[in-house]
Amino acid sequence: MYQYDIIDKEFLQDRSNEFRGQVARRLAGELTEDQFKPLRLMNGLYLQLHAYMLRVAVPYGSLNPAQVRRLAEIARDYDKGYGHFTTRQNIQFNWIKLKDAPDILDKLAEVDLHAIQTSGNCIRNTTSDPYAGATSEEVDDPRVWSEVIRQWSTLHPEFSFLPRKFKIAITASAKDRTAAKVHDIGLLMRQGRDGQLGFEVIVGGGQGRTPYVGPTIKEFLPTDRLLSYLEAILRVYNRHGRRDNIYKARIKILVAALGAEEFAKQVQEEWEKIDAERADLPAAELARIRASFAQTPFETLPARSEAFEMAKAKDSAFARFVRNNVRAHKQPGYAIVEISLKAQEQTPGDATTEQLNVVADLAERYGFNDVRVTHAQNLVLPHIKLDDLPTVFAALQAKGLATANIDLISDIIACPGLDYCALANARAIPIAQDIARQFADLDRAENVGELKIKISGCINACGHHHVAHIGVLGVDKKGEEFYQLSLGGSGAEDASIGKILGPALPADKVATAVDQLVGAYLTVRTDGERFLDTYRRVGLEPFKEAVYAQAD
Amino acid sequence: MPKLIELANGEARWAEDAFVNVTDEDAIPDSGDVILSLARFEAEGDALLSSNSRRVGVRIESDQEVEVLAYDLPRIAVVALAFPKYRDGRAYTSARLLRERFKYEGQIRAVGDVLQEQAGFMVRCGFDAFEPNDGATPEAWTKAASRFRHVYQRAADDRTVAFEERAS
Repeated sequence: MYQYDIIDKEFLQDRSNEFRGQVARRLAGELTEDQFKPLRLMNGLYLQLHAYMLRVAVPYGSLNPAQVRRLAEIARDYDKGYGHFTTRQNIQFNWIKLKDAPDILDKLAEVDLHAIQTSGNCIRNTTSDPYAGATSEEVDDPRVWSEVIRQWSTLHPEFSFLPRKFKIAITASAKDRTAAKVHDIGLLMRQGRDGQLGFEVIVGGGQGRTPYVGPTIKEFLPTDRLLSYLEAILRVYNRHGRRDNIYKARIKILVAALGAEEFAKQVQEEWEKIDAERADLPAAELARIRASFAQTPFETLPARSEAFEMAKAKDSAFARFVRNNVRAHKQPGYAIVEISLKAQEQTPGDATTEQLNVVADLAERYGFNDVRVTHAQNLVLPHIKLDDLPTVFAALQAKGLATANIDLISDIIACPGLDYCALANARAIPIAQDIARQFADLDRAENVGELKIKISGCINACGHHHVAHIGVLGVDKKGEEFYQLSLGGSGAEDASIGKILGPALPADKVATAVDQLVGAYLTVRTDGERFLDTYRRVGLEPFKEAVYAQAD
Repeated sequence: MPKLIELANGEARWAEDAFVNVTDEDAIPDSGDVILSLARFEAEGDALLSSNSRRVGVRIESDQEVEVLAYDLPRIAVVALAFPKYRDGRAYTSARLLRERFKYEGQIRAVGDVLQEQAGFMVRCGFDAFEPNDGATPEAWTKAASRFRHVYQRAADDRTVAFEERAS
């Protein structure tokens, strides 16, 4: 794991001091809310429906136990005892007082955390694979490149006032757990035939009111040229992205307007003019960063653990947890463990102080001090010994953290919606809870299999509804909350944008409609076929029929 | 006339502005240093520069590209880059290109919605003169421009980058 050195630490102190001064000027009336707004937004502080919300960056979704405990402490002391993990691997606190914000930032800085660039029209936190360093699928450790980008993009002097916000995702596995193709830039690491590593560069994906799966503008970018190429993309965007209309300002609109080929050409021309010597990262710094992610000190263990096998045979709840929440590790005798934050009646992505502390303890005791956040709003302990899994499971179970539903129908992504958010048209959380309740029976949920439901409370699509197998979008119909369903989206390597099913439904009909969609799927699916694959094979009609036929 | 802050060796101070900002409607004064719009410069700049009796600057709007000045840059005393709103970040690119790509050594002046909170970014991109829009004093400007002890990326200034500090 990357360790902040004195330079990184002093940088955060300077940032924290700067913000303390700005808050003091605001509280003293020297700054109006209008003047203060851009300053607080640059520190991740939003004014929401009921209070200030502070979004804390979790760089590429990676935390150590001290950081997790500090987040737990902030949740306890400054919020209502919980935090909310987001689809970009960050954490939000929803009940913050302005006067406390500088103290919170100081406390975050003490453990190398911050809220820099969690808002504003700048390069945001880089999303990466929560299984990095643990999965055998990857061709390289994507955290190395995420950290390179973190440093390069931090208070970038040229790219802090872009036309609009800018999000980068990096994955080094064929299976994409980062939604890379719907990011402003998606970097897919590839190994060339000669063994050389490079990135396939995707630009102009996105969600919001104009969703796109991004096109590839470079098939193979050698890794040592990453920063100069990013500079070229950002420069073309900074100069030519639209600034006249906030809804047309993302890079996806520019790429779509020019066409991917023309955009790629402009980037290429700019790239050729950039002095690579100055723009690309020196090899020594790359080596320093890479060394900090050096191999975790795994023990040499047999692939089979008797303790694990026995517990699985004895305890059906554990066996179910293993089936759904435990993934293969590259190291024999270890496993990747997903912690679902989607228990019945829970707000998707919320974790309490107590829960966070347990996760920190487990990571410290059994997991090489490593905790990850997933874009699906769950947590991961990436390196757990199979021998320790029964103990870890029991500890998670005691705190309501052992729900065995990863990637199942009740593992729902939801934005905060109208319960918190000033932009929302409708609530998202209660809809997620309704659907989860409908599929509380895990035997049934397992029978249905992988099914990704994602709910957004408005067209800004923070809940990723466009790339859901079943997407739910909250809309306002004459002051009433309605929900539009869409089918067939995916944010993974087989990315696609969902298609609208039919007229929007009232809140109390959504869970029933999902049930009807599942019913239709179970009727026509072939052996082992996921919901998404069935939809892709049979199309919208049978599903439309299932939901709307009786209504007529 | 807006007050001008100039930055030299990390120190900001008030400066006498010798340049008159000539709008497209104004007649060019008979003598004295002037800053012209790009269109005006393209039409009349050559004649003014050839007379060799005064200094000439050009004002570049945020949607204009500094590349068009490439040929004339050695003779241009000031490039004023406009911020129609502080949020419009195109001038940062323009400034970097002037300094890093075209090796421009004259003054790069920030005009328009120029706020002290952006000082650090502007200085790093190569601006060395500012017409603040928020009443900021040189003291506030110096402070804002030097708030961070470390920087993470190379830009148009000569600051030592974090990875260089680490290597030394």
